[in-house]
Amino acid sequence: MSRDFSSLDTFPKILRNNAVIFKGKPSVREKEFGIWQTLSWDDFYKRAIILASGLRDSGLKRGEKIAIIGDNRPNLYLSIAAAQILGAIPVPCYQDSVADELKYILEHAEVKIAIVENQEQVDKLLEIKTKLPLLKSIYFDDPRGLEEYKEEEVKALDEILLKNIDLDINLDEDIDKTSKDDISIMLYTSGTTGRPKGVLLSYYNIISVTSVACELEGTSSNDEVVAYLPMAWVGDNIFCVAQSYISGFCINCPESRDTLTIDMREIGPTYYFAPPRVWEGMLTQLMVRMQDASKIKLWAFNYFMRVAKKWGNDILDKKKVPLFYRLLYGLGYFLVYGPLKNNLGLTRVRIAYTAGEAMGPDTFLFYRSLGINLKVLYGQTEASVFVSLHRNGDVDPKTVGPVFPGVDVKIEKGEVFYKGPGVFKGYYKNEQATKETIDEKGWVKTGDAGVIDNNGHLKIIDRAKDVGKLNSGKMFAPKYLENKLKFCGIIKEAVAFGDNKDFVSCFINIDLEAVASWAERNNIAYSGYIDLAGQSSVYDLIAKEIEKVNEDLAQDKELNDSQIKRFLILHKELDADDGELTRTNKVRRNLISERYGKLIDALYSSENHCYIETEVTFEDGRKGSISADLKIQDMKIIDLEDKVA
Amino acid sequence: MNVNAKNNKSAKLEVLMDIKDISLSFGGLKALQNVNLHIQKGEILAIIGPNGAGKSSMLNVISGIYIPQKGVVEWKGKLRKKIAPHDIARMGIARTFQNIALFRGMSALENILTGRNILMKRNLFLEALYLGMGRKQEEEHRQKAEEIIDFLEIQSIRKTPVARLPYGLQKRVELGRALALEPELLLLDEPMAGMNVEEKEDMCRFILDVNEQFGTTIVLIEHDMGVVMDISDRVAVLDYGIKIADGTPDEVRSEQKVIDAYLGAG
Repeated sequence: MSRDFSSLDTFPKILRNNAVIFKGKPSVREKEFGIWQTLSWDDFYKRAIILASGLRDSGLKRGEKIAIIGDNRPNLYLSIAAAQILGAIPVPCYQDSVADELKYILEHAEVKIAIVENQEQVDKLLEIKTKLPLLKSIYFDDPRGLEEYKEEEVKALDEILLKNIDLDINLDEDIDKTSKDDISIMLYTSGTTGRPKGVLLSYYNIISVTSVACELEGTSSNDEVVAYLPMAWVGDNIFCVAQSYISGFCINCPESRDTLTIDMREIGPTYYFAPPRVWEGMLTQLMVRMQDASKIKLWAFNYFMRVAKKWGNDILDKKKVPLFYRLLYGLGYFLVYGPLKNNLGLTRVRIAYTAGEAMGPDTFLFYRSLGINLKVLYGQTEASVFVSLHRNGDVDPKTVGPVFPGVDVKIEKGEVFYKGPGVFKGYYKNEQATKETIDEKGWVKTGDAGVIDNNGHLKIIDRAKDVGKLNSGKMFAPKYLENKLKFCGIIKEAVAFGDNKDFVSCFINIDLEAVASWAERNNIAYSGYIDLAGQSSVYDLIAKEIEKVNEDLAQDKELNDSQIKRFLILHKELDADDGELTRTNKVRRNLISERYGKLIDALYSSENHCYIETEVTFEDGRKGSISADLKIQDMKIIDLEDKVA
Repeated sequence: MNVNAKNNKSAKLEVLMDIKDISLSFGGLKALQNVNLHIQKGEILAIIGPNGAGKSSMLNVISGIYIPQKGVVEWKGKLRKKIAPHDIARMGIARTFQNIALFRGMSALENILTGRNILMKRNLFLEALYLGMGRKQEEEHRQKAEEIIDFLEIQSIRKTPVARLPYGLQKRVELGRALALEPELLLLDEPMAGMNVEEKEDMCRFILDVNEQFGTTIVLIEHDMGVVMDISDRVAVLDYGIKIADGTPDEVRSEQKVIDAYLGAG
């Protein structure tokens, strides 16, 4: 069903329309007390109006900012809608940010009202309240533990919702006042470099891009999506909020972070989005569990996975496949793929995306061979997400797909630039950064190095500024190497060094779950993460994976010199709380090089071990320190030419 | 964490249980001698003491399992006589055990529901057919159980058999079962024994939350002094069956007799 979005040009207007045309249909669900509680579109609209009028009473005006902090909860989505109705700008923040990070954003955005999920967030805000003179009210959704709080600015969201529940409030005038060039939402980018920047997206940006995406994928009010990714991330706002407004489908909020898999299975989403990390985690867990299966089951699994690997992708792409193999695949579906998909909660998935980072081709094809239509998407907050996207039947795991309809892409000096209707309005209060990112003709700099291949697919290699040169003059693309390493499943994170060096070396973070399971099966005792990471058998395990990567690199003339010569396994997981990763789990290279400079020096010396003491920050802001003596291991460099000779 | 709460509470001085001059012995072993102890409504009272001091005996006297040979126990101002275990539960006293005592093959949810056993009215016919009262009742009890699951943040293990759960979570389920009774007085026998630091912190928070949110009076035995001093409103110290101190954590900490009992008198 398609509507005319030239008159329905803002979310409040679309919502008002949804309340009529999707009356009685679910708009948002939340599992509470073990039961899925549903809010229909008309109820959602009514509540948004009540909340909006309550927020207006507490002094919220047009153009002012309101912070939203917490896990995906219906009331927080409601708060976004209410703020938009009043013409105020919602600023969702990452729920796991420490108080200091929140302080920067709330101060920069001049937030007056914050709507938060629970006590944890209230405590964080109270801690920084004295430094935020503008912050007048903190509304909370879950009252647990907050009964005794005496601070007058801390109030229950229910106070507004319940007080006005019977009133007949009309805010049509405010809704009509919203226009397509108004700012719909302000999203702070995670900031791989420096302080986060507030990206301003207008209604026009989001609606024009999202409606094309909805049409392309044929989303309808019968789709289901599980909202579990941070609300502060642009993806949640596009895939959940914007697309559900436009198509009328239902957003499902899981009961808690721990119950996600159970909730997924119960809902059976038709539309599923996950960063590669989640897909890989799911596969690792599956493989770990298969190790414990009985022999017959394991045999059936292995046999039919081979069948799927060979034919599954072609069947999904509707290519010609011999009848015998079609039937065999059908049998496999009945015995293995179907139950497996059901177990993962992916049975009904019609559209599945991954983005953010490169994904291992093996993992990618594993899901596709099961009949899950997984596709890669390339986007940025600044583009209202969509820059390029795989189309049905035209999927290549090495690329990020053809350019999105309506978007132009050009490659200049190896760097990707794009232009289109989704291009943001600028960074909030940061004229200079805006100018550096968008040029006069509207081209946006992505900072990513990429090429367009023969099929018209965009291929992303690395962050442009990270691409360096080895002393031999050959190109060094750290992320490309790191991704290759991470594809194996036992390496959770890797950081490669090599710019202006003679050879490449790297830090490794082991994947605790996978390595622990391996250790258990091989009777290797360990006391904890540090101990496990330092064991020489684990070093050998990792060395084997690195060897595979080196063999692969040796095939490529350009990358032959990028083989990893020395590595060490870090004693702690790289963590966003310590600033080593961004909140979206991207490696902060500069900070790591600074903090672990000693280790890098050791990698490029003749030492075979190095002592290090690091400070760690806990989620509540306390600090501690851990130390370890790290071993450094040498790898053999594979030279194909030698072999030939 | 809110500090004011404690001060407000001590203003009310209603006595829930008054134990007067009791003595309990097993043959020649004198477990408790002339002990006086009162439990105030709404407080968190910790009973501490070295091994064999009579703490568990005291808890069993409070819960009515042991009947002291001498002295009386008053519950809400009335003399308490010898009573059967299900009557203890009906009075509003629930407890957890030092060694976990759950139904291991049943799920967390089912275990919590068993705690509501005493509150269920039976009608085999209606329950079997899931009709009328039977249905309404089942829904009510399930709702209460779900509220407890939500409170203790154990949604993800709702349907997991407890035998498969780690120790800390089993303890939490046990607390959940005790709470299902909606007790007025909750007795916890070493709630943190064998837990790691993180599990202990969680448990502390739940104990404080139970006390704050439901106003439940809590009596606990615990060996971890840090925990005791942090969460209790009042601490009673037993040594060889005799109460040697009773007061706020600060008072007890500086009491010479207590120091002697723990460190050995010069």
